[in-house]
Amino acid sequence: MSVPIYILKRILQALPLLFIISVMSFTMLKLAPIDPLATLRANPAISAAAIKAEEERLGLNKPPVVQYGIWLSSLLQGDLGVSTSGSSVFVLLMQRAGNTLLLGVLTIFFTWLIAVPLGVWAAVHRGRWQDKLCSMISTTGMSMPTFLMALLLLMVALATRMLPIGGLTSPDFFERDSLGQVLDMAQHLIIPVTVLTFVGLAGIQRQMRANLLDVLRAEYVRTARAKGLPENTVIYHHAVRNAINPLITLLGFEFAALLSGAALTETVLAYPGLGRLTLEAVMTKDMNLVMASIMLGGVMLIMGNLLADILLKFVDPRITLQ
Amino acid sequence: MESIVLATEIPVEIAPIRKTPWQRLWHDKVARMGLIVLILLYFCAAFADPLTPYSMFYSDADLANAPPTPVHFEDAKNEPSWPYVYQVERQFDPATFRQTYVEKTEKKFPLKLFVKGEAYKVFGIIAGDIHLFGIDDPGRIFLLGSDINGRDNFSRLFFGAQKSLTIGFLGLLVAFPIGIIYGGVAGFAGGIVDNIMMRIAEAIMSIPSFYLLIGLAAILPPGMSSSERFALITVILSMIGWAGLSRIIRGMVLSIREEEFVQAALASGMAEFTTVVKHVLPQTASFVIVAATQGVPGFILSESGLSFIGLGIQQPDASWGNMLKAALDNVNDLVNQPWLIAPGILIFITILCFNTVGDVLRDVLDPKTQGT
Repeated sequence: MSVPIYILKRILQALPLLFIISVMSFTMLKLAPIDPLATLRANPAISAAAIKAEEERLGLNKPPVVQYGIWLSSLLQGDLGVSTSGSSVFVLLMQRAGNTLLLGVLTIFFTWLIAVPLGVWAAVHRGRWQDKLCSMISTTGMSMPTFLMALLLLMVALATRMLPIGGLTSPDFFERDSLGQVLDMAQHLIIPVTVLTFVGLAGIQRQMRANLLDVLRAEYVRTARAKGLPENTVIYHHAVRNAINPLITLLGFEFAALLSGAALTETVLAYPGLGRLTLEAVMTKDMNLVMASIMLGGVMLIMGNLLADILLKFVDPRITLQ
Repeated sequence: MESIVLATEIPVEIAPIRKTPWQRLWHDKVARMGLIVLILLYFCAAFADPLTPYSMFYSDADLANAPPTPVHFEDAKNEPSWPYVYQVERQFDPATFRQTYVEKTEKKFPLKLFVKGEAYKVFGIIAGDIHLFGIDDPGRIFLLGSDINGRDNFSRLFFGAQKSLTIGFLGLLVAFPIGIIYGGVAGFAGGIVDNIMMRIAEAIMSIPSFYLLIGLAAILPPGMSSSERFALITVILSMIGWAGLSRIIRGMVLSIREEEFVQAALASGMAEFTTVVKHVLPQTASFVIVAATQGVPGFILSESGLSFIGLGIQQPDASWGNMLKAALDNVNDLVNQPWLIAPGILIFITILCFNTVGDVLRDVLDPKTQGT
């Protein structure tokens, strides 16, 4: 199957999935006992008529099925609605999704940069201290709650005063030149990227180690050794290349895991990302916003898996898409 | 000649060729350490009442946000003495708006073992009022300081463990039967039923789990009793866990149902459902045991994350997650109050132990991954 047709097929498959997600999350939100207009109602200066108008505007006075219908039809017209604060959900999401995407891409980059060599190193020195050290690091990483790691790094930042505490930009961000802005953001990204990289290291490192150990048992590796190739060539030229392939499937999962794993980190570090936005939206029952960000989360996850599958096809021509 | 000598020197004690999985687990040093720490943690949680000086709700409003009470092992002349503490008093500096606690050194309060204190009931049945250690009123011993309501952090860690440590297993007890039966039925039914069931499971897996978690937690009405809330949070956590498991079980069932012994059971007239329960599902047992050990940390982590952002276990009940929230609230002064991190460290240690035990258990039970 050619790649474009495959993509089309996968997108068509994803549509019913997204429909189920939307129905489930809508039901979930309607069951929640939080009144989105509670702050308005508690304010004596706001008249009953104004609250009524607000209910009308948000469609809260109609039965849930009708509300869902309205939401779905406006979604199909490309309108995500307005949040309870009055601003456009689309604009809010775009501001925050970019930040989360930046965090995610950087994290994946550094995770792979560190985890793949560590996995190779551990597999090559299997059973010796190098292997044990790596396994210790990865077990520590996978057992570390993101929020604890974020708190600990914040403590370090506070004690040394070398890194900024939380957020993505300094107060004087807009007065700096573009190089200064990039440097400022980079400084703010150090802590969140370190947290998420350390926590995500384990999965890739272990998978890489196991894959390489599998490959090193293969016949062609024995052949390569038998014909007298130096061990380094055998490992780095023949084995590692083939061992990396299965990791690409993990990329899609990793992307999804980051999306939800980053939510707590974002909250602790006051990082303006999608996770924190969703958390705040759930707390205030901002229906349009929560629906949109859950849907966006689902879309990003499905896209991540699709991208990983296509990438795998390019890396490994033996794989046929179906 | 030499070979004969060798033959006679074969050690008399021959290690048993087949050890039980339990023996091999215990034989592994790291796993043994993990198991011992876990047993210790669960022991502390179970006997929180007699082991701690104060109850979960005990509060001294005059000692809010106090630092750990210093325990003295030397008397005024630097001679070693039985441990004692001084009463502390809050002082407020109107210039800096800081409150400090200073010791009142007039009267010593020696540490007492097995003292009579607040009455309690272990497991809700065994009544008692003896605490492992404590000091006389009006002295207070807050080994890890006190929280904003003047409650003892040290004692609350033990009571928090009761919630944080049991929720993992309770979550498993709900999620795993659902996942196993759902996956088993889907795998055995096949066709359109399988298709629909798996699409639903995939939809749940496609929502980033933390979003689903906070969405579900927001459903809980605010006026619930703490035990109701605890139960419902367990149910919510299991809502996340079952879908992934059901998919794997389905895959395993799909391959196992083609095996001859299953075909034989069906051919001899056994009903399909009975076949699944009696013959197919037991084949997935070792996978399920490993998945369970590796699943507990996930549940513990989710609970503490949820409580940490204020959607899980609510005050005044203690859980490690909501205790760690104090660290987040005081984040700017965290360097001066490092003891606030303690609940987080305990979460880390617990998960570390479960992970190491789970890893070794996987190697022990699954011969395919042996040695990798």
